[in-house]
Amino acid sequence: MNTQYYQDHFTRLQAATRPGHLHARREEAFRDFSRLGIPTTRNEEWKYTRISGLFNKEWHLPLLQEKTITENDLHAVRLPGYETASELVFVNGFFSFALSNIRSESLTVLPLEEAAANGYSDIVSAHFGHSSGYIKDGIHALNTAFTEGGVFIHLRKTKHEKQPVYIYHLTTAEHEPGFTQPRSLVYLGEQAEMQLVETSMCLGQQDSLNSQVIEIVLEEAAVLEYYKIQHDHDNASQVNTTHIRQIGKSYSHTVTLSLNGNMVRNNLNVVLEASHSEAHLYGLYFPKGKSHIDNHTIVDNRVPHCESNELYKGILDEQGTGVFNGKIFVRQPAQKTNAFQSNKNVLLSDTAAINTKPQLEIFADDVKCSHGCTVGRLSEEGLFYLQSRGIPEKTAQSMLLHGFAEDVLEKIKLEPIRRYADALVAARLEYDIV
Amino acid sequence: MLTIKNLHAGIEGKKILKGINLEIKPGEVHAIMGPNGSGKSTLASVLAGRKEYEVSTGSVQFLGKDLLDLSPEERAGEGLFLGFQYPVEIPGLSTTNFIKTALNEVRKYRGQEPLDAVAFLKLMKEKMALMNVDQSLLSRSLNEGFSGGEKKRNEIFQMAMLQPKLAILDETDSGLDIDAIRIVANGVNQLRNKDNAVLAITHYQRLLDYIIPDVIHVLYNGRIVKSGPKELALELEERGYDFIKSEVSVED
Ligand SMILES: Nc1ncnc2c1ncn2[C@@H]1O[C@H](COP(=O)(O)OP(=O)(O)O)[C@@H](O)[C@H]1O
Ligand SMILES: [Mg+2]
Repeated sequence: MNTQYYQDHFTRLQAATRPGHLHARREEAFRDFSRLGIPTTRNEEWKYTRISGLFNKEWHLPLLQEKTITENDLHAVRLPGYETASELVFVNGFFSFALSNIRSESLTVLPLEEAAANGYSDIVSAHFGHSSGYIKDGIHALNTAFTEGGVFIHLRKTKHEKQPVYIYHLTTAEHEPGFTQPRSLVYLGEQAEMQLVETSMCLGQQDSLNSQVIEIVLEEAAVLEYYKIQHDHDNASQVNTTHIRQIGKSYSHTVTLSLNGNMVRNNLNVVLEASHSEAHLYGLYFPKGKSHIDNHTIVDNRVPHCESNELYKGILDEQGTGVFNGKIFVRQPAQKTNAFQSNKNVLLSDTAAINTKPQLEIFADDVKCSHGCTVGRLSEEGLFYLQSRGIPEKTAQSMLLHGFAEDVLEKIKLEPIRRYADALVAARLEYDIV
Repeated sequence: MLTIKNLHAGIEGKKILKGINLEIKPGEVHAIMGPNGSGKSTLASVLAGRKEYEVSTGSVQFLGKDLLDLSPEERAGEGLFLGFQYPVEIPGLSTTNFIKTALNEVRKYRGQEPLDAVAFLKLMKEKMALMNVDQSLLSRSLNEGFSGGEKKRNEIFQMAMLQPKLAILDETDSGLDIDAIRIVANGVNQLRNKDNAVLAITHYQRLLDYIIPDVIHVLYNGRIVKSGPKELALELEERGYDFIKSEVSVED
């Protein structure tokens, strides 16, 4: 990796921007990056994902907003249901107010620097960078170091009406490989209810790497539904961290759908800091061709009486590979925790592979925790049953796999997104839902 | 319609069927009885085309075609239906979607146009009434969490929808109470006409009170050791299979 390139860039960035709270944080993060470097497979958290190769590439790392796209470009990648959603658009890692549309009166969106400097400085200093305590690697540190053009999103009480918010991470990558590092901090106030959809898309033909961090804070009685749709180009890679802090008694529900990409790493952390909070984590990964999809999840129970429920499912075909690592921490005070985790995989070819590892670390004694993982082939019995009714083998396979995926897809409670996700999976399976 | 000659089949080197001969003509109902482990379900599976079973010798003709040469889905297309002894649970696939796909695939195989939504619904309503099947059952995942009776009724419902030429029913009556057996039998009888046939595998004579067989065969140790008229069922019910076993061991 050309460390000098990042060093030079960082110096230029610091010189070009106003000193302030984030300035110091960036300085510190860049030192972390220099110390940690890009993780190799010797790093336990990166054992099965050889990410370092990606960083040998000569990426173009934009410093400030230098390119924008047209409304038409955006329109081509919009997700269904956008008409009634607030749309937040990042281009090459920089938030674009021009392309974004705020369609909720309860929603405030500010540049992160401005929020840190003005009315939200307490919130920003309390929560910005909290994920660094959980994700300790150079990629995450690099994102923090280059926090520029990031955004602060505040949703106030919504009177039990869920506000859909779509975040698009767009990378232009027309002439050179594009490396983008969007950053956001989302704050759901008391009784704020949000349906957050996040997707990233490379618009150009060159390779892209989107290293993204989103930190989300839930206050008392806040409700978060979070849907990550990964359906980018085959040569688009992603490393992203979604870090959810439930600091008031609250509810989170996440579905991560990963359908392709060159190399995809998802870190999802849910930190339960208020009793009687609830977290649901669902995921479906279905790598295409040689795609590699890695899901690392953490549920951190820090207080008593919380509940978490996790189900990740994988379909691995061709030369696709997957990684699932699910950590559940139950800290000593977190008595009466209920934490469940399940990971189920279907392998369809001899060249596909999955590495799955549950990791429970329990320091409290009065808890209910369970985990299980399965790796299997498609059920011969099921196939025969469908075939015996006249359904050709290929279709029968698709129907069984679609049924397998359905468990996760049905967890998407935002109707247009659920239908969209369902159609994407059905298309991958070449299956016409009748 | 169906001619089985000297059929030998097994699984993983284990011989299960050891020379089955059977001829079924259009319009007939045949019953196969026999103790557990005789090979009844194996015979049904081999006829439906389950590929785990190897056929070592013998032939099966179905409506003039070499049945063993066809894939399971082609066999269904030709008009063969197997009601499973243990219907398989398929998570995430609704029974309605399943049946609609199956029906239209079978129609496609036969060169017919797919049924449109209205025609499909009409057919379904009709068969639901016949089989006393509830709408809620059909929108649930196929067989998942169904009771034993619901699974079996669902099998016959599928049969009624697909209208096969030969229905092989593998212990469809097991685990059903008498009312459910009547419903199942009624469904089977509705299907009957001079052009199609039924092969009912059963343990109990009571199903045969409602579906009157033309012939009863006793399958034992991979062979049909006795065939006779419907009264044979009563004799078996009274005397158990032991007398068959003793007769056979003399021959062995
Ligand atoms: N898949 C299988 N693998 C191994 N043995 C089998 C399998 N299926 C059937 N068998 C054996 O073949 C014999 C006949 O079984 P089956 O056809 O199910 O009998 P029935 O239906 O008459 O009770 C039994 O001894 C059974 O254990
Ligand atoms: Mg049996």
